[in-house]
Formats: sequence, C-alpha cells, structure tokens
Amino acid sequence: MSNAIAHEHETGHHDDHHGPEPGIKRWLFTTNHKDIGTLYLFFSLIMFFVSGVMALMIRAELFEPGKVLLDPEHFNQMTTMHGLIMVFGVIMPAMAGLANWLIPMMIGAPDMALPRLNNWSFWLLPFAFTLLISTMFTGGPAPDFGWTFYAPLSTIYGPNSTDFFIFSIHMMGASSIMAALNIIVTIFNMRAPGMTWMKMPLFVWSWLVTAFLLLAVMPVLAGCVTMMLMDRHFHTSFFNAAGGGDPILFQHVFWFFGHPEVYILILPGFGVISDILPTFARKPLFGYRFMVYATALIAILGFIVWMHHMFTTGAPIAAQLYFMYATMLIAVPTGIKVFNWVATLFKGSITFETPMLFALGFLVMFTIGGFSGLMLALVPSDYQYRDSYFVVAHFHYVLVSGSLFTIIAAVYYWLPKWTGHMYSETLGRWHFWLSVIGMNLTFLPMHFLGLAGMPRRIPDYPLQYTDFNQLCTVGAFIFGFAQLIFLYIVLKAAWSKAKKTATDQVWEGAQGLEWTLSSPPPYHTFETPPVVP
Amino acid sequence: MCGVFFMFVFCYMMVPLFNIMCKQFGLNGKSGASASVFDPHMQVDYSRTIKVTFTTTLHGALKFKFIPLQRHLEIHPGERKLVYFFSENQTGRELTVQAVPSITPSDAARFLKKTECFCFTQQYFFKGEKADMPVYFFIDPGVSRDIKEVTLSYTLFDASGFVKGQARYTKGRIDL
Repeated sequence: MSNAIAHEHETGHHDDHHGPEPGIKRWLFTTNHKDIGTLYLFFSLIMFFVSGVMALMIRAELFEPGKVLLDPEHFNQMTTMHGLIMVFGVIMPAMAGLANWLIPMMIGAPDMALPRLNNWSFWLLPFAFTLLISTMFTGGPAPDFGWTFYAPLSTIYGPNSTDFFIFSIHMMGASSIMAALNIIVTIFNMRAPGMTWMKMPLFVWSWLVTAFLLLAVMPVLAGCVTMMLMDRHFHTSFFNAAGGGDPILFQHVFWFFGHPEVYILILPGFGVISDILPTFARKPLFGYRFMVYATALIAILGFIVWMHHMFTTGAPIAAQLYFMYATMLIAVPTGIKVFNWVATLFKGSITFETPMLFALGFLVMFTIGGFSGLMLALVPSDYQYRDSYFVVAHFHYVLVSGSLFTIIAAVYYWLPKWTGHMYSETLGRWHFWLSVIGMNLTFLPMHFLGLAGMPRRIPDYPLQYTDFNQLCTVGAFIFGFAQLIFLYIVLKAAWSKAKKTATDQVWEGAQGLEWTLSSPPPYHTFETPPVVP
Repeated sequence: MCGVFFMFVFCYMMVPLFNIMCKQFGLNGKSGASASVFDPHMQVDYSRTIKVTFTTTLHGALKFKFIPLQRHLEIHPGERKLVYFFSENQTGRELTVQAVPSITPSDAARFLKKTECFCFTQQYFFKGEKADMPVYFFIDPGVSRDIKEVTLSYTLFDASGFVKGQARYTKGRIDL
C-alpha cells in the first residue's frame, strides 16, 4: 500500500481530482465515508417519517375508546413496525451515519479502514427495510407480535410475513456487524500520529465501545431469528414446549441481545453530548477519563442484567435479587456521566444555540427516563409496572429525548460543517421548543396511565383513561409536525445554492480535528495525517 | 469457519443447556423431566406440612379433558405421595400428547421431585380414550422453611408433530 502511495506521488497524481462520480453512480458505488454517512443519515430520516406516521396512527387510534382508525389487527402491526423501524431503521443507521461522517475526521484518518465493506453495510439496509415494509402491502397481516417478537407469537402463531421479517433482521444484523468491524478497525489502526487513546473525542470512544457491543450481540439476534425460522419450517422445537423446547428460552436469548441493544442505541448519543456541552459551555469536558471508564463499564454491565426484562417469568428469589441489584448498579456509571455533564456546565459561559438546547433537553429528560428505569428495576414495583404504559413512557423518555435528541443535536451541531450552510437559529428554536412540549405532552401522561393500570399494546381502553390518552395524542401530533421544521432545515442546508457562510470552526468554543477542515470539507480529507499536539 | 461452527453448535445445544441450567438453578419453575430417586431411608420431617395444589391447563385449542383427581393435598417433606390426573381424548381422533410441568414458587421447584410421572414421556391416546395418569412425588426435606404452599401445574400440549419413536409408556396408567 505504501508503494502505491509513493507511486502516485511520483507520477504527479493528486487525489484532488478524485472527485465523486457524477449522477446516481456516486451514491451506488461510493466508498467515501462522507457520502456513505450522508446516505445513512438520509435513509434514517426517511425511515423516521415512515415510522413516525405509524406512531401517529397508533396515537390517533388511542384518541378515544373504541375504534377510531384501526382495527386491532392493524393496530398490532403498527406497534410492531413502529418499534422495529425506529430501533433498526432510524436510531441505528443515524448513529452509523454520524460515525461514518465524523470518526475519520475526528481521528485524522483519510477514510474508513474498509471502504467497500462500508458501502455494502449501508446498501443492505434499503433492501432489508423494503422487504420488511413490503409485508404491509402483501396479502395477510404484516408482523404483528410486537418488536420483541416473543415466541410462540412469532413462531406457531406468526403470520406468513414473519419469514420476511426474519430475513430482513438477518440483513440488518449483517449490516450492523460489518459497520461495527469497520469502525473498530478504523479507530484501532488509522488514528493520526499523536492521537493517543486518551485524546480521542468522546464520540469516538463511545462508538468504539458500541461497536464491540454490536459485534457481541448481533450474532445472538441472528441466532435467535434463525431458531425461529427452524421452529417455523424445519420441525425443530427450540421454543415449543410440545417438542421439548421452552418459550422462556426465547426471552433469554432475545433479551441477551436486547439489553446491550439499548446501550447500542444510547452510547453514541452520550458521546455526542460529551462533545457538544464543552463547546457551548466554553470549558473542557469535566472528568474525561471517568467518562471513558463509565462508558466501558455501562457496556460491560449491560451484558449481565438481561433478566430484569423477565422478572415475572418465574425466576427464583436469588436471581431476581441479583438482576435487580446489577441493574441498579448501572445507575452508578450513568450517574457519573450525568454529574460530569452538569459539572462541565458549572461556571461555564454558556450560550443557547440549537445544538446546546437539544443537549440540555437530553440531559434533563434522559435523566427522568433513567429514574423511571430505576423504578422498573425494583422487583416488587416491576410486578406492578410491567407491560403497562409506564414501560412505554420509560423507554420513550430514554429513546426519544435520549437517543433521538442526541441525533438531532448532532445534526444541528455538525450540519454547518457538513454543508457549509448555517441553519436558521429561529427555526431551530421553534423546532426545539415544539419538540420538547410535544414530547413531554405525549409521554409524561403515559406514566400515570401505566400506574393507573393501562396495559401496553392495546387498541382500546376503558373510559377512565380517555383524558390522559387525548393529551398524549395531541402531544404526539405536535411532536410529529414539529419534525417537519427539522426536515425543512436539513433539506435547505443540503441543497441550498446560497453562498457558504459557515466558518471553519463554526462554533466559537468548538475543539477537535474536524473543525480545522473547511466547511464543507473537501471530498477527501487528511490524506496527509495531521499532527495532533 | 470456526466461529460459524461454534455458533451452530451453540444454537443446537441451546435447549439442552437451558434445561440443565433451569434444573440446577430452579429457574422458570422447572424441576426436570426425568425421574428422581426416592431414598426410602429419608428422614420424614413431620414438624412441617406443605400444601401442594394441582392445576392443569390445556394448550391452545386442544380438545381434551384434563383434571387432577384431587385439587390439593398436604404432605410432609420426605414423604412420598401418589396423585392421579384424569384425561380424556375428546378430539375425535388418536393423538399423542405431552404434559409439561411447572412449579411455583420457583424456589421450591427443584425440591419437588417426581419418581414417576406421566410427564416424563409422551402419552398416546386412542380416539375417545380415558385414563388416569399417575405422579409419584415427594418434597425434599432440604426445602426452605419459608415454603408453606407449592403449586404443581401441568400444561398439556398436542405433540402430534413431534412424536418420538419410544415405546408407549403406560406404567401405572389406569385405562378406564
């Protein structure tokens, strides 16, 4: 490889003329990390609106008791598809898109380590989701067993479309594994000279940890859906008690994947916040080392707490106690992070640009989600809260105001860098405040609905839950339509022909290698490694 | 290649491994689907009495009648008892069924031991056949003193898709 580089330099070839190919071929065959990052982010944006419409249909149905819009079968399909697409089609690709755009620029690498693999891992996704979404337009129901696809709902009782679902999960898994490999190899081998481990931006650190989580648990998910496929068609009975298997085994396998998965969804977001807060507080991050250790600790603990999703499946007291305490232990590294973020803000000279607003919104509301998680971790209270709207409220607080807010914050933060165009701060504020109001109006009443006993995943409910449900629905529509502002802002920045006004550093307090590049950065960056002081 | 092989073997062994784990740790109310050995010299603990309740469930739409002949009994730890479960095939065809036991509370699961049980094997029923099927069980005196009540629950599954080539086990079964 060094020969090839030397050869190019001798013959006077400069990589400057390796611009993108014209037309659609640029996007189909690209191996450029910036292009692939853009593809991931736009894919995620499209899926966000597809799945968002499903969420609004769910909320519309729940506006009043009785049937409003959907019959129960379609309601179940909507909850299933909404969950699957939001997790696998929105949050994960968005985080992968951010990783593609930012990791090489942050560590001073010219590209990802395995660019062709990178192209493949993106292009698997549109096919996987076309396959998944196509089940809604074929005869027979789409997957309707919830995003957790518990056996036997997805095996004996699963509709025919379950096989499409299984195959699309296989494709998503392959895509995630390749993306994770690529990120690990890039971070290990392609850091610029002087970019030591403890100088890496926290976004890079948290993605490194996330990539290891992905490598560890995606094969488990693949194994899980393969066992389902075997049970459905090849006469095995992994999850069928009639043939000697056990449906509870499904839950163990699924949640062994599922719990690390929730950290896969949130850890890159922690990294984003750790990069944004110091910029707008104009202070270095408080306790960098502890942030790194806390991230790794959360990842490790994430593997040994899966049974807290299964407290009522018949575990002995000792197991329940262990999983309860282990789960509560995760609050320690998470608490370290929250306190360090707050300490970063302490005595900083803070300004409230839109990325900072979303980061602060994350800080407050993710903590609320964390606390409701602690309530769910307690075995006795979990017996009451399980499978109620309290759980729905909890995981939407950590996923919407957690993961999603960090992604939006990241997009506002780096959009001027990516496109060269500054977004409108006024519109950004509108987007933030409408999102915060909509989000809290949607999910805060769900806590009370859950405590009052409303079960999750039902299309109908008794009369006494009506008021709170109507609040939720109104909030959901405010939140949903607020995202159109975001769409407008992103598209305007991406396609604007106006003069590019963003400076290289963009933000006064921004630190890091990516801010030394021009805005937008050239197609190829850091072909000569920068010197990291 | 090695990794793929490992993954295959691990998935293949998943159910047996899981059953061993459940039996060892009393997870999931499992007490094992094989016979325990009753030590006739075991010290019966007359100071304690445990109430054992029997419940039955039919899985899915299986048209069977399946009930315990007595709803509950009282037993001293270390003492062996026999209970019968009545079942009648109302499906209108011959059928192989499999009963799957579960015990609550799960902390008692591994102490309730069965020396003979109709759940150890599949059970074959002719069209309209009726039978009383036996369970011999005892509670190991090692069980925690906190355990005052135990529920032994059986779910009857249609196993016709999974018929094993084993001899029809009818030991102790009373055909009616």
